[in-house]
Amino acid sequence: MTATINGETRTVRDGSTVAELLAELELGTEGIAVAVGGQVVRRATYTEVALRDGDAIEIIRAVAGG
Amino acid sequence: MNSDTLRIGDLELTSRLIVGTGKYPSLEVMQAAHEASGTAMVTVAIRRINLDDRSGKTLLDYVDRTKYAILPNTAGCTTAKDAILTAQLARELLGTNLIKLEVIGDPQTLYPDTTETIAAATELVRDGFTVLPYIVDDPTACKRLEDVGCAAVMPLGAPIGSGLGICNRYSISIIKERATIPVIVDAGVGTASDAAIAMELGVDAVLMNTGIAAARDPIAMARAMRLGVEAGRIAYLAGRMPKKLYATASSPMHDLIGT
Repeated sequence: MTATINGETRTVRDGSTVAELLAELELGTEGIAVAVGGQVVRRATYTEVALRDGDAIEIIRAVAGG
Repeated sequence: MNSDTLRIGDLELTSRLIVGTGKYPSLEVMQAAHEASGTAMVTVAIRRINLDDRSGKTLLDYVDRTKYAILPNTAGCTTAKDAILTAQLARELLGTNLIKLEVIGDPQTLYPDTTETIAAATELVRDGFTVLPYIVDDPTACKRLEDVGCAAVMPLGAPIGSGLGICNRYSISIIKERATIPVIVDAGVGTASDAAIAMELGVDAVLMNTGIAAARDPIAMARAMRLGVEAGRIAYLAGRMPKKLYATASSPMHDLIGT
């Protein structure tokens, strides 16, 4: 299936959870936050939330700013 | 100044200077500037990660959260919808309800979109956030933001990154006079005297980034800004003398020699 991750269309394994996606992207769970379909996914539920075809996913971090 | 703490919502701050983390020559210089500024709260921005760059240290490695409260911002957002999601992501990331709400209406002036800012503030307050909105120096807009439950209002002194100082002292004074929540001048401060002027108007704090980060020596400027904010605050509390059109001699005018 495909998902839009940070505005980029990517292929994601069918039925992946958020935790599996982060592992596939070689991202830890520290220092980031995730939203799927405009809803924030709590860190504690990364292993439970399954992604669906066409999901829009945001993965963010803190950067320098004013 | 120890008893003169700043309260924003449930938060108590020992410094009236809030400092950004952007545009420093290096993160080490930023760290030293934060230290020199005496600040108790620093701002950070929220951005998408680069999916192809998983390199090492991040900004948060350079901010000691035992010393500084973190104020995430929604900088760059142009709609209430995006600002709300950005705030919610920041809360999940940083474990804070604080949000510097910024909804930009125009890319050249970076003036806020008042309508979208008020809409986003309303929703974020409802969602439990402590909302500090960046807004125009407009007393009506500030009042509306207070009415919807913001914890402070942050009128601009001048456009972001312009260093033009406090362009309209009168509107800032009116905003402060009418507000029952803290007023923080956000943006426009270019040098220490600008910070002092803002504080002399009676505002509760000043938030700045470029004024320190873009100085030739950001660490020295951070200290200057600290002193400017403190001087302005003390002068405000001391109560300045009234302005007069004509001179009043400081020395006696009687018993003069040779007359």
